[in-house]
Amino acid sequence: MKRSIIDLWVGIFVAIGLASIAFLSLKVANLTPQSADKSYVLYAEFDNIGGLKVKAPVKAAGVLVGRVSSIELDPKNYMARVNLSIDSQYSFSQDTSAEILTAGLLGEQYVGLVQGGDPEDLKPGGRIALTSSALVLEQLIGKFMTSFAEGGAAKDDKQP
Amino acid sequence: MLETLLSPLRKLGHWVIEAIWRLGMISRFFVAILMNSGQSLLRFHLVIREMYFSGVLSLIIIVVSGLFVGMVLGLQGYTTLVRFGSADALGALVALSLLRELGPVLAALLFASRAGSAMTAEIGLMKATEQLDAMSVMAVNPVARVVAPRFWAGVLSMPILAALFNVMGIIGGYAVGVLMIGLDSGSYWSQMQANVDLHVDVVNGLIKSLFFGMAVTLIAVYEGFDATPTAAGVSAATTRTVVTSALVILALDFVLTAFMF
Repeated sequence: MKRSIIDLWVGIFVAIGLASIAFLSLKVANLTPQSADKSYVLYAEFDNIGGLKVKAPVKAAGVLVGRVSSIELDPKNYMARVNLSIDSQYSFSQDTSAEILTAGLLGEQYVGLVQGGDPEDLKPGGRIALTSSALVLEQLIGKFMTSFAEGGAAKDDKQP
Repeated sequence: MLETLLSPLRKLGHWVIEAIWRLGMISRFFVAILMNSGQSLLRFHLVIREMYFSGVLSLIIIVVSGLFVGMVLGLQGYTTLVRFGSADALGALVALSLLRELGPVLAALLFASRAGSAMTAEIGLMKATEQLDAMSVMAVNPVARVVAPRFWAGVLSMPILAALFNVMGIIGGYAVGVLMIGLDSGSYWSQMQANVDLHVDVVNGLIKSLFFGMAVTLIAVYEGFDATPTAAGVSAATTRTVVTSALVILALDFVLTAFMF
């Protein structure tokens, strides 16, 4: 076979390969080119983050507005400091509240933002002051069990 | 009496020595290929020519089998997931199983039987018809001229074929899950995108296939170069290529998976 035809076919072959890799990274792994100027960082401090992970979604009214960029423990007050990278097309008021929610009963955890009423917006690097921690199912069951036991004990006291 | 006792032991010893000797030979052969690759990478059209035979001609089988594997994954995955009420996770199931395991492994197995066996037969026949000896007489190093271009062509083709296999599988899963069963197209892709990580899943899968490409082509060219120069020898070498490649791919897959994930 002539060399030019072989070159053409191998060129097509490599192009198909590159297109496949591009498809896998863009469409399947959803690699969106994120530049630093298109998002800004806010942070929030929580008592307990439960099972929240880095890259977990940040949602406002159920709409994806950003991702958790890093999580660290504040060495001074022992609260979890969660950095949120927010898409720069959205801005939130100063009294925005953040809570850690779970998608479904066993789904992944995400940060939900609820817009407040303050006319001033949070600036990049700002702190979301109002936070509520993750609902830890074990703690909830534990609380339920203790209150149940106490209720039972109170009943026993009354009977004699 | 003593002889009947000793002869099985002697056979066992011979077999072990033979196996270790072959392992040593294949390692030396690998080093020889690497040392002689400079020339073939300079004359890159040799590699391109071999990429045509091992890569381009494997396209059809990779596309068709990728499509069918994806379709089967879609069907089987759906019937299992729907019992747990999470049929929406089908996209993630199809993509993760293809990217992490099935894509690289099945593409490598197909590559071994489609291109590896052809490589062994070609080199073995060149040896049987004394073409390799003729090259040596003309001061052309057969490892540099015949073996190294095939090796690099295989190593370069394998990740491309595996990536294509993954894409076709995901499309096959889409065809069954969304077009045939009627799942929501949006949740197919979004579940996939939420669960697939570029580095952990996509890149590691391609690194796997690069290793498989090296293993398969090394075995193929070695078996060809080592074949007994007769018709029966070449056919035995071709069989050995396919069998050994399949075993090595599966064993290597376990080792790589243990390291990567």
